[in-house]
Amino acid sequence: MSIANATISLEQATEHGLSEQEYANILEILEREPSLTELGIFSSMWSEHCSYKSSKKWLKTLPTEGPQVIQGPGENAGVIDIGDGQAAVFKIESHNHPSFIEPYQGAATGVGGILRDVFTMGARPIANLNALRFGDPAHPKTRHLVSGVVAGIGGYGNCIGVPTVAGEVNFHRAYNGNILVNAMTVGLAPADRIFYSAAAGAGNPVIYVGAKTGRDGIHGATMASAEFNEDAEEKRPTVQVGDPFTEKLLLEACLELMAEDAIIAIQDMGAAGLTSSSVEMAGKGGLGMELDLDAVPVREEAMTAYEIMLSESQERMLMVLKPEAEAKARAIFERWGLDFAIIGRLTTTGRLVIKKDGTVQADIPIDPMVDQSPEYDRPWEATPAPSVINAADVPAPASLTGALATLMASPDLASRRWIWEQFDHLVMNDTIVRPGGDAAVVRVRDTAKALAMTVDCTPRYCAAHPETGGAQAVAEAWRNLTATGATPLALTNNMNFGNPERPRIMGQFVGCIAGMRAAAKQLEFPVVSGNVSLYNETDGEAILPTPVIGGVGILPDASKYATIAFKQAGDAVIVIGETSGWLGQSIYLREIEGREEGAPPPVDLAIEKANGAFVRALIQDGRVSACHDLSDGGIAVAVAEMALASRGLGAALDEPGGGPAHALLFGEDQARYLITTSDADTVLAGARAAGVPASVIGQVTGDGQLTLGPGDSISLDMLRSRHEGWLPEYMRGA
Amino acid sequence: MKSAIIVFPGTNRERDMALALKRISGRDPAMIWYTDTAIPDVDLIVVPGGFAYGDYLRAGAMAARAPAMRTVVERAGAGAAVLGVCNGFQVLTEIGLLPGALMRNAGLKFICRNLDLRVETTGSLFTSGYAKGQCLSIPVAHNDGNYFADDATLDRLEGEDRVAFRYVDAEGETSEAGNPNGSARSIAGVLSENRRVLGFMPHPENATDPALGGIDGQPMFKALVEALS
Repeated sequence: MSIANATISLEQATEHGLSEQEYANILEILEREPSLTELGIFSSMWSEHCSYKSSKKWLKTLPTEGPQVIQGPGENAGVIDIGDGQAAVFKIESHNHPSFIEPYQGAATGVGGILRDVFTMGARPIANLNALRFGDPAHPKTRHLVSGVVAGIGGYGNCIGVPTVAGEVNFHRAYNGNILVNAMTVGLAPADRIFYSAAAGAGNPVIYVGAKTGRDGIHGATMASAEFNEDAEEKRPTVQVGDPFTEKLLLEACLELMAEDAIIAIQDMGAAGLTSSSVEMAGKGGLGMELDLDAVPVREEAMTAYEIMLSESQERMLMVLKPEAEAKARAIFERWGLDFAIIGRLTTTGRLVIKKDGTVQADIPIDPMVDQSPEYDRPWEATPAPSVINAADVPAPASLTGALATLMASPDLASRRWIWEQFDHLVMNDTIVRPGGDAAVVRVRDTAKALAMTVDCTPRYCAAHPETGGAQAVAEAWRNLTATGATPLALTNNMNFGNPERPRIMGQFVGCIAGMRAAAKQLEFPVVSGNVSLYNETDGEAILPTPVIGGVGILPDASKYATIAFKQAGDAVIVIGETSGWLGQSIYLREIEGREEGAPPPVDLAIEKANGAFVRALIQDGRVSACHDLSDGGIAVAVAEMALASRGLGAALDEPGGGPAHALLFGEDQARYLITTSDADTVLAGARAAGVPASVIGQVTGDGQLTLGPGDSISLDMLRSRHEGWLPEYMRGA
Repeated sequence: MKSAIIVFPGTNRERDMALALKRISGRDPAMIWYTDTAIPDVDLIVVPGGFAYGDYLRAGAMAARAPAMRTVVERAGAGAAVLGVCNGFQVLTEIGLLPGALMRNAGLKFICRNLDLRVETTGSLFTSGYAKGQCLSIPVAHNDGNYFADDATLDRLEGEDRVAFRYVDAEGETSEAGNPNGSARSIAGVLSENRRVLGFMPHPENATDPALGGIDGQPMFKALVEALS
């Protein structure tokens, strides 16, 4: 067979990010030199982003099964059973590299991409979440990046009409050259009508729907698989441009078609566009595919086969339809004003054959390309164990409330209202618990149920001790769901790390996975989908290891849930769980003492599980008026957040005993919750019976003050102005 | 009360509106696709919120030229009740059923939160269920809610008691702090000359369900059902 322009050099292969060995494997698979188009296809499929070559070995060790799991990792999104014949479909995905280069479009298309992953499976998206990491607020680019990313997320989500209900944001200098934008979507589908990507039926037409193909995003997957250097900005042409209006039409058209008995297989065109979607569909179906690129709707003239195959233009889908359904499908897409083109057919050859201008541009055996995609066991070295910081060696602050005010106005703890008020979090009319709590709660329409959802990670813990940090991220997501009263069901993970070719970074990855594995297993909180983003480094400076966990849980009765806001004066404030005053790696130690040091708080999963089960039962029994998980900033910050979320209620805490007050109030011991109740005796008796530590530490007051110790009070007005003020003032440039 | 909702490509709050109408009128509204000029005989036509045509040109500009809107204008001329919410308000000003225009928010940012509103008149189908001066908490979610009209028009609207709602602060007063988007004279909703067309920037349909934190939108729908059934 003659292949166009088959004159490829090893240099071209390495420019495409392939190693010498990988190129040799391509020659062996093809039994000849590749064409440029073939080289492009191989390099995309074998990029870190698409092949998971450094991470696969470790991802396989995560628990992915449970009675609630309908579909684990390996499809466009994970699928779990939520009863009544319904399924929740969800996944988180990064768009880190593009968002640094072009924050608005990078973040916007990150949202568009994850929405598509979810509705490709037949689910209507009901909620978006995001986990964001930016550099030091003092870094000259940070403000511009925050502004662009927030506007991009809002621009896409608001327009398409899916509420953005929860998220988290950190600032740290380690992200100065590599911000993280992780977007998660949760959708709902009938459990017996989930759509998959495996093609079937040789001879069936392959159909392209959605937006036209342009030259945007070519090599996005390859870009996301390399470090940045000072030329990062020159990569702007590899960033895609989002069109949420077209995606809204695509969403409605796809869901309309999915209600018919028409689709055999469907796959969205995400990273590596037409290349990965066609390989995925044919490969999973054990078939071949022949594509005629002259039939692909394009928006630019004279696009080459190489460009069409590697374009990452957004809002496109590939489908295989039942032959008799074609006319009906065409009518639906035309009604929504979208392109609908037959661009090829399935074959029995097992080969991907690409034709353009009447000549064959690529002819690749699919199975060998997929099966022989590289998988590395990268060398790794364990992160040295940090020393434990003795709380008694950490000086006390001049005033506890003064320290609290400083923390509440610090970049990592200040109110995120400036961000979430730019996101439509109410559209679809099902948002019961709005942004600002432990987890969002979104009602499942036409049922009594609701879903709780959250995203969590504490990167400073992961950097200090990856295994503890990995376990803590899973435990915190589980705890945040539990704090609403929900039963956690499953998680999706977004592994954001530096260059895996450095053993130190690979060691962080391996450690975090080990912690996540232990926690997901013990908490019966399996992994159903995920995404890996490596090479988050600039000039050799890596980000903090950031394995973000997106968790979904269920509330069987949408009227039985807890929020963080104090409800009435006189309620007892009770801490559930053991408080030792752990200050290592705490926000207090960092913000007040300027020390990013020590071992993170240990995570005991058995205790985590027992304490969580106790709290969940209290909420379900209606014994709790408010509940908040304890994490960054410990008891003092949690009490302050509960007060600020209420209608003017404060709290007076008793003088703590058993250690330095600042350690007990700001320490970040795990497996703890703060609850309020009008029936402390019953709660304490129940805790004793369950073997769960619980103690009354103060009470809710109506005086508009927060009192942390004798004579140490602060007005809520002062606290609110500090807490609410930081981000808007920062963004104004003040 | 029989109702119909106009759906454009990119409309996204039609489901919210349909839920609210169903909840309060007990009947499912008819969903009218933008190309359809045959709107059934209904008591209320709603132009809902969302991003018709992505708001890519100018919010509401493309939708105002959709075939279904020709029928809406005809019906309004014949005295039909028409409610335009958010993007729908923008469409109604673009098509000339209501005076003025909605510009980009003064702060240049999308705003989604509950706002305090004051009922300025009870003299309409939409507002008869409220008390004059009553303060309401209803969410907004918009980029382009900055109401603009020239002074003569604003004077006329006020003189004819056609300002239906204003944005106010926590004390119930119009003020810069209480005006989220820079609207002229803090106007959040205006009535047509015959008082049967309302354009309203906030989302009353998202304030009808006690489980979602507020029901201040209910009296609007209840009053419509009472007047139009």
